[in-house]
Amino acid sequence: MHSQAKRLLKLALSPVLLLLSFLSTGVWAEEAPRWQVNMSPGVTEVGAKIYDLHMTVIWICVVIGVVVFAIMFYSILAHRKSPDREPAQFHESTTVEIAWTVIPFIILVVMAFPATTTLIDIYNTDDAEMDILITGYQWKWKYEYINPEGENVKFFSNLRTGKTEIYNEDDKGEHYLLEVDEPMVIPVNTKVRFLVTANDVIHSWWVPALAVKKDAIPGFINEAWTEVNQLGVYRGQCAELCGRDHGFMPIVVNVVEREEYDNWLAEKAADAVKIKELMAQEFTLDELAARGKDVYMRSCVACHGVNGEGGVGKAIAGSAVATGDIATHLEITINGVPGTAMQAFGGQLNDVDLAAVVTYQRNAFGNNMGDKVQPIDVYQFKQGQ
Amino acid sequence: MAHGPAKGLSRWLLTTNHKDIGTLYLWFSFTMFLLGGFFAMIIRAELFQPGLQLVEPEFFNQMTTMHGLVMVFGAIMPSFVGLANWMIPMMIGAPDMALPRMNNWSFWILPPTFLMLASTLFMEGGAPNFGWTFYAPLSTTYAPSTVTYFIFGVHLMGLSSIMGSINIIATVVNMRAPGMTYMKMPMFVWTWLITAFLLVAVMPVLAGLVTMMLMDVHFGTSFFSAAGGGDPVLFQHIFWFFGHPEVYIIILPGFGVVSQIIPTFSRKPLFGYDSMVYATASIAFLSFIVWAHHMYTVGMPIAGELFFMYATMLIAVPTGVKVFNWITTMWRGSLTFETPMLFAIGFVFLFTIGGFTGVMLALAPADFQYHDSYFVVAHFHYVMVAGAVFSMTAAVYYWLPKWTGKMYNESMGKAQFWVSFVGFNLTFFPQHFVGLAGMPRRIPDYALQFTDFNMMSSIGAFIYGASQLFFLFNVIRTIIAGEPVNRDKVWEGAEGLEWTVSSPPPYHTFTTPPPVK
Ligand code: HEC
Ligand code: HEM
Ligand SMILES: [Cu+2]
Ligand SMILES: [Cu+2]
Repeated sequence: MHSQAKRLLKLALSPVLLLLSFLSTGVWAEEAPRWQVNMSPGVTEVGAKIYDLHMTVIWICVVIGVVVFAIMFYSILAHRKSPDREPAQFHESTTVEIAWTVIPFIILVVMAFPATTTLIDIYNTDDAEMDILITGYQWKWKYEYINPEGENVKFFSNLRTGKTEIYNEDDKGEHYLLEVDEPMVIPVNTKVRFLVTANDVIHSWWVPALAVKKDAIPGFINEAWTEVNQLGVYRGQCAELCGRDHGFMPIVVNVVEREEYDNWLAEKAADAVKIKELMAQEFTLDELAARGKDVYMRSCVACHGVNGEGGVGKAIAGSAVATGDIATHLEITINGVPGTAMQAFGGQLNDVDLAAVVTYQRNAFGNNMGDKVQPIDVYQFKQGQ
Repeated sequence: MAHGPAKGLSRWLLTTNHKDIGTLYLWFSFTMFLLGGFFAMIIRAELFQPGLQLVEPEFFNQMTTMHGLVMVFGAIMPSFVGLANWMIPMMIGAPDMALPRMNNWSFWILPPTFLMLASTLFMEGGAPNFGWTFYAPLSTTYAPSTVTYFIFGVHLMGLSSIMGSINIIATVVNMRAPGMTYMKMPMFVWTWLITAFLLVAVMPVLAGLVTMMLMDVHFGTSFFSAAGGGDPVLFQHIFWFFGHPEVYIIILPGFGVVSQIIPTFSRKPLFGYDSMVYATASIAFLSFIVWAHHMYTVGMPIAGELFFMYATMLIAVPTGVKVFNWITTMWRGSLTFETPMLFAIGFVFLFTIGGFTGVMLALAPADFQYHDSYFVVAHFHYVMVAGAVFSMTAAVYYWLPKWTGKMYNESMGKAQFWVSFVGFNLTFFPQHFVGLAGMPRRIPDYALQFTDFNMMSSIGAFIYGASQLFFLFNVIRTIIAGEPVNRDKVWEGAEGLEWTVSSPPPYHTFTTPPPVK
């Protein structure tokens, strides 16, 4: 209630705040200003150019607008009906007609110059030092770092904000709806080329601070690029309506020093190798259940409860699925249940974790099935789809 | 029978009278306006605060889609067809529309169509949820099963529009009173003639598009599915080849209305009549070669990008000419500010702001930041609500005394103007800000930094919504209990044939052609 009152107060003060924020257009960095009224120049050269173009056009429009509306309002005030004045009857003048066709035309030509050069710049994806393949899915992004010399590093980036925040059961965090489990990481001062595509419907990858918006279209690969000149975390969202959770697939780009980036990438690559090794391994029931418990407590507990008692999700304890056919259990875990909160975990967890969590569910909470799922089973299940 | 309307329901069902059909169109479109407005209120209520409070995202998408469809195809377009029906024969001195039976048919297609569309809300799978632009493959492979009803509905609406426009073209070309040359026609007739040609040209394109969708959904083709060798971008090219002329279909009759009203209340002839006609025609022509300005981010080659950018910027020139002409018409006139004039001036002021944001959006590099953000939402509501809807409201107040022979309540009309003006701007001006700050359109929930402007926007929307109830009340009150006007020429400065017949006009006007000076 208290914050509500504060908000209303701000609403009342808004004209003043508005003016203030107009005068101090901050850079879109960590903390997004609450009363931001204008585009931010962002943290790239292209962004700054677009911002300049935008401001130029705004000022041209403001000047034209002030002149035109001043004439209109003067007329409204000065040319009201009055008994001592007859209305004029003129209705034509070739000279002014030509003037107000030619002058706007010239103004437009003037605008076209910076617009054209900026566009050419945006389209120049040459000389990129690295490529990242961005794939839009309903409703998450996949980032794949193209490595010409070996395995690509790839991972999914999901919304991290919990349902309880969205449904107003918990307080909303600072980066509500703009936070992900794994951000994209790129080095500063490096030209990065993005190859943008989609897996199902059209999405659009948009990070305002980078001034990049490119549609992700299934069957096509679009190109875009950026070169960020300032360390920081930059946030954006999907911009093209893509179905139910269109509003819930944010983008976070973490711009770090070159060295930090190299370390991060190496670690990611090592992780992938480790998972690969594990994939080939046979595990005992205890090993699987132990790992599965970790995964469960990280990824499933929010909806299914510490004791498998359920909540947002159905109870796992005694569940017909968790005590039934393994294939059905895998199917639900990997592909989710459409139209419910049960998401498809197939793309979010690796095969080892999937095998582990399913095994755990089948043997915990008194389910005691005694059977187990190996990573290779998960792999084969996915292949068979 | 020959001299008056039939009695009872059959008067309305079987009527071939342009005035009756005009009335039907107007009431139908106002009903749709309230329905579409109701959907908008749901959207704005959900967006009042961050978090999900009232509706689920799935239903939210159905609301944005149905709001857009109902407003564009159910409210704005039929309202202007209704106006055309009432006014064109009376303005050109014709006894009726050229094709009266078809006229009946083109109206009566609409109510069942929209009933069907609205009923999808209660069907398994829900109403269409892919936006009024219904991009494939979201609207094909990934669509709810009700997409088939949607496709059928679009076909029917297209049929109705095409029949309506053929009728208007036939009427204007063949039925003008002797002496009513093209360059003497009232601007409203001119703008509708050009609009009708646009409709005949692009509605079949839309029909082709939804037919391709139908094939993709039911008959295994892959026009828009990349997996089968098709192309999702092709969908957008076809859609916007229809879609951009469509936005001018929506606004041109509004231009016509304003070009009638401003001279009347300025007591001075329209400035630059000829250039208005040429400007309208060039806008119509240019509207066919700018469509891809809605698609700057799909990854077109740079040459295409530049072509569409330059062509789009060009449209600003004739649009500017119109605004300058209206203002010059007011200049040194003898102005009074009755409700129709207030709405017309509101139109000029706010539409111009929408034109400015249009020019900004035309610049491809800047559009990379604006596209699919709330900035675009603000732009098109400035041109469609403050443009089309304000001009339509102005038209109703302007001609209502002619239609009914009774005067509306002036203070209530003025109050409605000021309340809608404030409500409208409170709703849509802040949307420029959140758009520039990075808020995407068509989202049911948003990040915290957008909270305050969204709250403002919702409050404005409720105010604007309420102002429409004033309007409804004023119109009904006029019909039931308005002061009789008792004169042909309701407004002192009004010119034109419609002001030479009684108020209300007889059921059949101009059975013998009037003299045209
Ligand atoms: C956001 C909430 C949520 C999370 C997180 C979640 N689930 Fe679910 N889960 C659900 C819901 C809701 C259902 C019920 C779906 C339905 O209506 O059939 C469900 C159902 C299931 C079922 C079928 C239960 C039955 O008896 O039908 C299994 C198995 C399951 N989830 C496994 C998992 C696993 C494994 C994880 C973690 C990796 C997980 N879930 C995480 C919400 C969730
Ligand atoms: C000066 C004249 C105008 C110019 C230069 C212009 C330009 C544009 C551009 C470039 C866009 C695409 C923006 C984007 O999606 O990124 C756009 C969107 C739009 N414009 Fe305009 N416009 C003008 C006038 C109008 C008018 C008169 C109307 C209708 C009455 C209109 C209705 C729309 C609509 C409905 C959209 C959004 C469509 C959608 O994506 O849902 N515009 N305009
Ligand atoms: Cu999306
Ligand atoms: Cu357009």
